Amino acid sequence: MDKSVFKSDHIELRHVLYMTGKTLSAIGLVEIIAVITSLLYKEWNMAFNLMIGTGLFFVLSFIFIFIGRDTKDQRFSWGAGMSMVGLTWALGGLISAIPPYLSGHFASYLDAFFEVMSGYTTTGLVLIQDLDHAPMGLNMWRHLITYIGGQGMVLMTLSFLASGMRGLLKVYMGEARDEQIFPNVIHTARIIWFVSLLYLVLGTTALTITGVLIGLPLDMAFFRGLWMFLGGWDTAGFAPQSQNAMYFHSTSYEIISMMIMLLGTINFALHYFILSGNYKEGIRNAEIKSLFVTITSLSVLGIIALKVVYSTPIIAFRKVFYHFVSAHTGTGFATLYSQQFFYEWSDAAIILIVIAMLAGGSVCSTAGGIKALRIAILANALVNDIKKMIRPDSAVVVEKFHHLKEVALQDRHVRNASIIVLLYIVTFTIGTLAGTFYGYPLKQAMFESASALGNVGLSSGITQPSMPDGLKVIYIFMMWVGRLEFMSVIALFAFLFKEAREG
Amino acid sequence: MMRKSWIVLVIILIGFLIKLLQETASAKPIDSNTLINNAFKYDGKVVEFQGEAIGEIMKRGDFAWVNIHDGQNAIGIFMRYEDAKKIKYLGRYRVKGDIVYVKGIFNRACKEHGGDLDIHAHKAEIVKRGYKVDEKVDRAKAVFGIGIFLIGSFLMWIVFRNKW
Repeated sequence: MDKSVFKSDHIELRHVLYMTGKTLSAIGLVEIIAVITSLLYKEWNMAFNLMIGTGLFFVLSFIFIFIGRDTKDQRFSWGAGMSMVGLTWALGGLISAIPPYLSGHFASYLDAFFEVMSGYTTTGLVLIQDLDHAPMGLNMWRHLITYIGGQGMVLMTLSFLASGMRGLLKVYMGEARDEQIFPNVIHTARIIWFVSLLYLVLGTTALTITGVLIGLPLDMAFFRGLWMFLGGWDTAGFAPQSQNAMYFHSTSYEIISMMIMLLGTINFALHYFILSGNYKEGIRNAEIKSLFVTITSLSVLGIIALKVVYSTPIIAFRKVFYHFVSAHTGTGFATLYSQQFFYEWSDAAIILIVIAMLAGGSVCSTAGGIKALRIAILANALVNDIKKMIRPDSAVVVEKFHHLKEVALQDRHVRNASIIVLLYIVTFTIGTLAGTFYGYPLKQAMFESASALGNVGLSSGITQPSMPDGLKVIYIFMMWVGRLEFMSVIALFAFLFKEAREG
Repeated sequence: MMRKSWIVLVIILIGFLIKLLQETASAKPIDSNTLINNAFKYDGKVVEFQGEAIGEIMKRGDFAWVNIHDGQNAIGIFMRYEDAKKIKYLGRYRVKGDIVYVKGIFNRACKEHGGDLDIHAHKAEIVKRGYKVDEKVDRAKAVFGIGIFLIGSFLMWIVFRNKW
C-alpha cells in the first residue's frame, strides 16, 4: 500500500531536500579520494581546499537530511524527482567548483564552475589554466567529477544509499536514463556500477602497462592511466596535461584510449548482456549497427575531405578516425591543437565532425548527443514510409528493430525521437548564433556549439578563459540540457512553475 | 679557366647562402601559437623553439619525447636521449622545469609519428636550470579546511547513527 502522505504530483520540499542531502553526502564521500591523493603527495594547500569542499558537502547534507528526516519513507512524485535531480546538479556543481577555484588555477569562480559542469556533464571543455603545473589532488578531483557525472550523481545515491527509498524510478529517469536493465532500479544502478568498475580495473591496468612501456615512471603511468581511463570511459575527454592525448606521443596509447571511448559510448544494458554471455546481442543491436554505420561513413567522408591536409593515407586515417571516434562518442580526446581544426581542417570536414558530435553515443551510456537509438528509429521510420509508398494501399507494413529485444516500430517511438532531434537542432542553432553574435566565425561557432551541446569537449579555440562570460553561461546551460536531455529540464521547469502558481 | 672557376664558386656560394637562409627562416625562438597557426608555412623548416620542459621524459630507444611549454602551448620535441638526460627539472606542481632551447625541423603532421605536430631537434640546450618551489601553507585555509571537514564528518556520523 502506498504510504505517501503527500498530495499526488505535489513537490514536497522536505522530501526533495532529504534526497538531495543524501546525494550531496555521497559526492562529499567521493571527494575524500582526492583529499587522500593530495595528502599522499604532500600538497597541503590543495588538501585543505578539498577538505573545505568535502566539509561543505557534509554540512549542507546534514541540514537537508535533518529537515527532511521524517520523509524518508515517502514515495517520490515526478515533480519531486525532477526537482531533486535539478537541485542536486545545481548545488553539486556549485560546491564542487570551490576547491578548483581556491587552487588558483582558474581566472574566476565562473570558470571553475564551467569546468566542473563540463566534468559532470561529461563534456570536457576546459578553462583550467596552467594544467601542466596542477596538483595531483586537483586532477584527481576533476576526473572523479567526470566519473560521478558519467555514472549519474543520483545513480550513485541509488546504488549505495537508497535502501528504503521509494519511487526512485523518477529520479533515475530524471538523469536521462531511458531504460532499465532490471525491473528494480537499484539493481539496475548497481549493475551499471559493476560494469563501470570492471572496466575501470581493466582499462587502468592496460593504460598503466602501456604508460610504463612508453617511458613513464610507474606512479605517473598509473595516475595518468587512471585519469585517461576516466576521461575516456565517461566520454568526458578531460586529460591530465594541456596537450590532452597528444602528450603521450604513442600509437598504442591512442588505440587503447579509442577502445575505451567506444566501450564508454555503448549502452550499459548491452554491456551487461554481452558480459552475461549473450554475444549475439552485440551484433543484432540497432544501436550498435547505427553507431557502426555513422562512425564509419562520417570517418570515410572526413578522410576524403582532408586528403589534402594529411599527406599519407595512414596519417589521414589515424588523425581523422581518432577525432571522429572522439567526437561521435562524445569524448573529446584530441591529438591535435584546437587551432588546427580552425586553420587546417576544411569546411566539409568541420560540418562532418559537427554532425558526429551531435549524433552522439548510446542511450543509457555516459555519452551525450542525439543518441544512436534515435537515429536508428528515424532511419527505420524512413524505410517504413518508403515501403508504404511503393506497396499497395492494402498492404500492412510492420517495421521492427532490435534493441535488447524485438521492438515493433510505433508512432510514439518516432515522435519521441523526432522531438529530441528537433530540440537538439534548435538549441545547436541558438548556440551557434550566440557564438557569431559574440564575433566568432561561423565555422568556429558551429564547432563549439555542437561540442557543448553534444557533451563532446573538442574545441576549435573559442573555449578559453578570455571568452565572454555570457558565452560561458550559454555553454554551461547547453552542456546541462545536453546531458539531462531536454525533457527532464523542461519537466523540471514546468513542475516548478506549477508549484509556484499553486503555492 | 680561372674566370670559370670563380663563376662556379660564386654560384655554389649563392646556393649555399639561399639554403642557409631557407633553413633559418626564423633566426630566433618562435612562439608556439605562431607555429601552430601557421603550420603549413613552417612545415619542414628549421625552427628554434624555447620553453619549459614539463611532465616526464619518455624514452624511445636512443631518442626521447620531451614536451616543452613556451607559456602558450606545449609542443612535443623528439630529441636524442643523451640530450634529454641533461634535463634535471621537469615542470609539474611545485617544480619549475628547466628552460630548454631546441633547434630542429618542425613538422605540421609528422610522417614518422602518425601525423602529430612536433619538432625533431638537432640541437638541445639547457638555457636556465629549473628549481623546486616551496609550498607556503595557508594557515587560515588549513584551520578552516580541517575544521569544517571534522564538523561535517561528525554531522555525517550523527546521520549514520540515527539511520536518517
